[in-house]
Amino acid sequence: MSAPLEFTLLHPANLTEAVKQMQAHPNARLLAGGTDLVPNLRRGIGAPDTVIALGGIDTLNSITETASHVEIGAGVTLAGLLASNLPTRFPALQAAAEIASPSIRQAATIGGNLCLDTRCRFYNQSQWWRKANQFCLKLDGDTCHVAPKGKRCHATFSGDLAPALLVLGAEIRVENAQGGRWQPLAQLYNEDGLDHLTLAKGDLLVAVRFPTSETRRSGYLKSRVRRAGDFPLAGVAVALTRTGDKITDLRVAATGTNSAPLLFDDFADVIGQPLSDAALTQINKRIGQAIKPMRTTNQPGLYRRQMVAALSKRLISTLYEQGAN
Amino acid sequence: MTSRLTLTINNRTQQHLVADGTLLVDFLRDQMGLTGTKQGCDGGECGACTVLVDGKPRLSCVTLAHSVAGQSVETIESVAENGRLSRLQAMFHERLGTQCGFCTPGMIMAAEGLLRANPNPDQAQIKTALSGNLCRCTGYVKIIESVEAATNHG
Ligand SMILES: Cc1cc2nc3c(=O)[nH]c(=O)nc-3n(C[C@H](O)[C@H](O)[C@H](O)COP(=O)(O)OP(=O)(O)OC[C@H]3O[C@@H](n4cnc5c(N)ncnc54)[C@H](O)[C@@H]3O)c2cc1C
Ligand code: SF4
Ligand code: FES
Ligand code: FES
Repeated sequence: MSAPLEFTLLHPANLTEAVKQMQAHPNARLLAGGTDLVPNLRRGIGAPDTVIALGGIDTLNSITETASHVEIGAGVTLAGLLASNLPTRFPALQAAAEIASPSIRQAATIGGNLCLDTRCRFYNQSQWWRKANQFCLKLDGDTCHVAPKGKRCHATFSGDLAPALLVLGAEIRVENAQGGRWQPLAQLYNEDGLDHLTLAKGDLLVAVRFPTSETRRSGYLKSRVRRAGDFPLAGVAVALTRTGDKITDLRVAATGTNSAPLLFDDFADVIGQPLSDAALTQINKRIGQAIKPMRTTNQPGLYRRQMVAALSKRLISTLYEQGAN
Repeated sequence: MTSRLTLTINNRTQQHLVADGTLLVDFLRDQMGLTGTKQGCDGGECGACTVLVDGKPRLSCVTLAHSVAGQSVETIESVAENGRLSRLQAMFHERLGTQCGFCTPGMIMAAEGLLRANPNPDQAQIKTALSGNLCRCTGYVKIIESVEAATNHG
């Protein structure tokens, strides 16, 4: 059973037109691959009167590389990213192969993945299910069923690419009617399930880029219920450099734990040291203090917390071992 | 709003008036009468609605009809050749890759997309290609065997 979708669909042919249409229709929703937006609309999550389809804007669809940056257009599909040589050169990007299922990856875009709505077992439900449950704070209701005493929504950011791009040092390009800017990817997110993106009305995510010179060893590991077609219970990306026996650089990012993906790059106490059990404990302590998996999935938050520690330990150890050669 | 949509369906280019918010699966089933494409879930989770768009598998239940304007859509109805089952279909029949049949159109279209891109997939590649397609009956083994039998080495 799904809600009828009644909206006017606009098809801008280029960025200028898109930005103008967004200005003229401030409440319009953007449609990229539609693999997140369409299921949500079908469940009565949002009922926009205008939808702006980005598919016809060719300039969003390319991957370009210069001496300084690799730049991926927001409209590049996950299948397109996986068909390029980037996941081999920057292995954290193999996260894309772990997203949803192959047919979804044909349509799903990088931009849509970074701007994915937050998720919760009380929210990603049909209209009648949510109604029977008196809705919730995030949409149409006034109580959070996850933390009823609180006044905030803890819906979880569950995109797999954000952590991978965060450890690669990515920046995003945002454009609006006034112009455009590059900003660190981390600044795209707020730790608030109700309002997790910092994009203002009229802002369009146009591209993401990271340094071509990125030479850290990187990877991504994900825990989930089913091996395909499933969001992360927890996902961890790592990029590190090993020089001789020492870790000389370390970045870790987590998804599926908070309303925003989190980047950790302040591991001063383990930098310059060899990797040891004590160092891994230290790293996981630092991460454990910041993550806050709540009961937004059918699996307990504690399980997801333990998975973050296990995945980061496994991935850091593997990349460190690889660095020995 | 309703707008004109030009696209190719099963190798015939055509034009229709289609409401902007129409899902591709509803357009195919209700407006085109192509009920071979099934709908098994409320959005992206089961693969029953898989069709080919420009030769690649796509889920018609999370795709707006207007999103495939100018493109070529192929449904299960186009797979039989001159009234005879295609090799892939025949293998699903022979190797018991279909039971109740509800997932079968989606399975065949996903497998068809794979075989066009790679006529000689190994078992791991077949499993990955069909990983978004759920089946409540067969237990999957017979489906994988059916697709394997339709490969060049099958
Ligand atoms: C069964 C199923 C399983 C899934 N599993 C996973 C998974 O494992 N991991 C995962 O990360 N995702 C998963 N997804 C979610 C989704 O398929 C992907 O995140 C996908 O990459 C979203 O991209 P899209 O282009 O389809 O986004 P859309 O649905 O088109 O858009 C998503 C959101 O981003 C906004 N948006 C899109 N483009 C822009 C832009 N350029 N600027 C500003 N805003 C924009 C849209 O308005 C919308 O709010 C799954 C979905 C389904 C249905
Ligand atoms: S965390 Fe609370 S408010 Fe947010 S979607 Fe879940 S139940 Fe609703
Ligand atoms: S009906 Fe499209 S995936 Fe289930
Ligand atoms: S044969 Fe019945 S669902 Fe697959």
